[in-house]
Amino acid sequence: MAKTQRLDIVTPERVVCSEEVEFVVAPGVEGELGFLPEHAPLVSALKTGVLRVQQDGKTYKVAISGGFVEVKNSRVIVLADTAEREDQIDVERAEAAKKRAEERLAKGGEGIDQARAEAALQRAIARLKAAGR
Amino acid sequence: MASARDIRRRIKSVKSTQQITKAMKMVAAAKMRRAQEAVTAARPYATKLTDVLGRVSAAAGGSVSHPLLEVREPQKTAYIIITADRGLCGGFNANVIRRAAKELQQYENPALITIGRKGRDFFKRRGAEIAAEFINLGENITFGKAKEIARFVIDKYTAGEYDQVYLIFSEFVNTLTQRPTTVKLLPIEAPAEEKKEGAEDKKAQVSYMYEPNAESVLGELLPKYVEVSIFRALLEAKAGEHGARMTAMDSATNNAKEMIHKLTLSLNRARQAAITKEISEIVGGAAALE
Repeated sequence: MAKTQRLDIVTPERVVCSEEVEFVVAPGVEGELGFLPEHAPLVSALKTGVLRVQQDGKTYKVAISGGFVEVKNSRVIVLADTAEREDQIDVERAEAAKKRAEERLAKGGEGIDQARAEAALQRAIARLKAAGR
Repeated sequence: MASARDIRRRIKSVKSTQQITKAMKMVAAAKMRRAQEAVTAARPYATKLTDVLGRVSAAAGGSVSHPLLEVREPQKTAYIIITADRGLCGGFNANVIRRAAKELQQYENPALITIGRKGRDFFKRRGAEIAAEFINLGENITFGKAKEIARFVIDKYTAGEYDQVYLIFSEFVNTLTQRPTTVKLLPIEAPAEEKKEGAEDKKAQVSYMYEPNAESVLGELLPKYVEVSIFRALLEAKAGEHGARMTAMDSATNNAKEMIHKLTLSLNRARQAAITKEISEIVGGAAALE
């Protein structure tokens, strides 16, 4: 059996997953980061995107936003504002959110609303990607 | 003495009040359970975040400067005051407000950020300066709400409008006890690192890699820490509100029960008096005929 490491994905509202996995790929701010067991200790910020997890030879995806990851002693801890596994994602809602954000961006404007719409768009895209659409 | 009819009417009204308080108590109990679960669910995140933050700030060696760590001479102080939107929960709101009113005297002209209708109404009546208000947070408190509030204070703090920010909320000790608490939110006092894990762990910290670097990771973590602190306070206040309401409604129900008991006694007495009076009238009437 392949070596495993512990993966915890935690959001302020709940613990999304806590299990033994083989391989994790996280969307770091400076490019994707892959973690195998025994990875050197590391802390990194993450961007909104898709986290891939390999467990028992199967891969599943988790859409995350606004978080960071800590790796230590074969333990990967992901702290994120939101995190949903691919089977928990509400595709319709994500699509609606994407459309809304796009409209808002197309309308133009400035300041915080634009930044917010941009962030919302990123989140929606990440969710759709994780859900495989 | 009140007539039997009046007393009967009284009993009826107390009974219906009792039904209401009983229902409210049960609703509050159910909601409190849910709110408590939310508090528990939020704990792992907060613990881990504090953990990582402690390590990162230790690794960064206190030399990092970040706007949220900057300590300034307090010219303007802001208070975030968390109360409930609704009343009928015993001393819950009053306790927080009393605490807040006391704290506010320490500084000249503090800015207030009120969360919940009760706190807002109280301080508005007193003519205090309310910088922002958040009401109707609803039953399910989302992290997004906490983020919104955090963003507001962080912006003000970074802009130099506030020099320190305190958070006053009701800590949920247990169902019966909620303790008003004051927490310093900004500037952030980096959580002390836990030392219990021993020397081996210490070695591990030193060799942490930071991507892209410790400063930017710290910059990412600090606002999160503020958000989580606010989020936790909101959840605890919510659980406390329901706990307080449950206790208040429980004692209201008991009082109603006692009152009904007393009223029933006086009803019987009144009835008995009426009967006695009637008999003595008849006897008196009969005696007069003889």
